[in-house]
Amino acid sequence: MTTTTLAGMEIELDDEGFIVDPERWTEAMAADLARHEGIDPLTDRHWQVVRFMRCEYEAKGSGPTVRVLGKTSGVSVKELYQLFPRGPAKIAAKIAGIPKPRGCI
Amino acid sequence: MGDRIEKVSVIISKGSLEGIYPGLIMANGARAEGIEANLFFTFFGLDAIHKERFEHIKVATVGNPGMHMATMIGGLPGMSAIATRMLSKKMEAFDIPSIPEFVEMIADTGCGMFACKASVDLFGFTKVDFIDQVSDIITVGEFYERAAGGEIIFT
Repeated sequence: MTTTTLAGMEIELDDEGFIVDPERWTEAMAADLARHEGIDPLTDRHWQVVRFMRCEYEAKGSGPTVRVLGKTSGVSVKELYQLFPRGPAKIAAKIAGIPKPRGCI
Repeated sequence: MGDRIEKVSVIISKGSLEGIYPGLIMANGARAEGIEANLFFTFFGLDAIHKERFEHIKVATVGNPGMHMATMIGGLPGMSAIATRMLSKKMEAFDIPSIPEFVEMIADTGCGMFACKASVDLFGFTKVDFIDQVSDIITVGEFYERAAGGEIIFT
C-alpha cells in the first residue's frame, strides 16, 4: 500500500496501483493515473472506455472484462488494445479508479 | 517487477473441445494482463484454426475419465455431439465464447497465431485452409526463435 497525490488529494493505492477506495476517485485524477500507465494524453476514445468502466462498476459492483468491453462499450477489442496496450480492462479500471476486474475470459 | 511474466508462447496440440479451450484462455488472459502472447497450433490442435473444422470441435466422450461416463456409453453414435451440445449450452450461459469467436477475438488482442509446418504438411493442409488471422506457418525452430525470452506453455 502506498499513498500518492492525485489532483491535489492524498490517495491510497494498493500494490498494483489501484485506488483502494473507489469513492474517493474524481475525473480530475484520471489524467495523472493514465500518465502513470504511459497514456498521455487521455483522448475522447480513452474517456469513452473509462466512463463506461465506471458506470458498469457503479451498476454492478465490478468492472467488465475485455470481451464484455469489446461487445458493449462501443470500442472494438482491436481498438481497446491500441488505446490500452498494457491490458484494456485492467488499465482502464485503474484510470477509472475501480478495482481490477476479475474474470478469466 | 522482476518476477513479472513479460511474454508467453502457448502451444495447442489437441483437437478436442477440452484440449483447445485451456490454451485459448491462457493466451487471452495473458493479453488481458498486457503480456505479449503467441499461439502455436500443432497436430490436431490445427482444427482450432481450420476454416471448416473450428465450428465443429467436440468434447471427447471416450478415453476421457473426466466425463464420468462408461466407455461403451461414450462410444455410442452421436454421444460426443450430445455432450458437446450440453457443454456448449452451459458455457454460453456463463458467457464463454464459442471457439470461432474466441479465436478471432484473441487475434484482435494482438496475439500472434501460428500453425506448425510439420503438422500442416502431414495433414496436407495449406494456408488457405486456415482462418485469415493465422499469420504464418512456421517450423519448430522458428517457433523457438519467436518464443525466446518468454515462457512456453504446452497444452
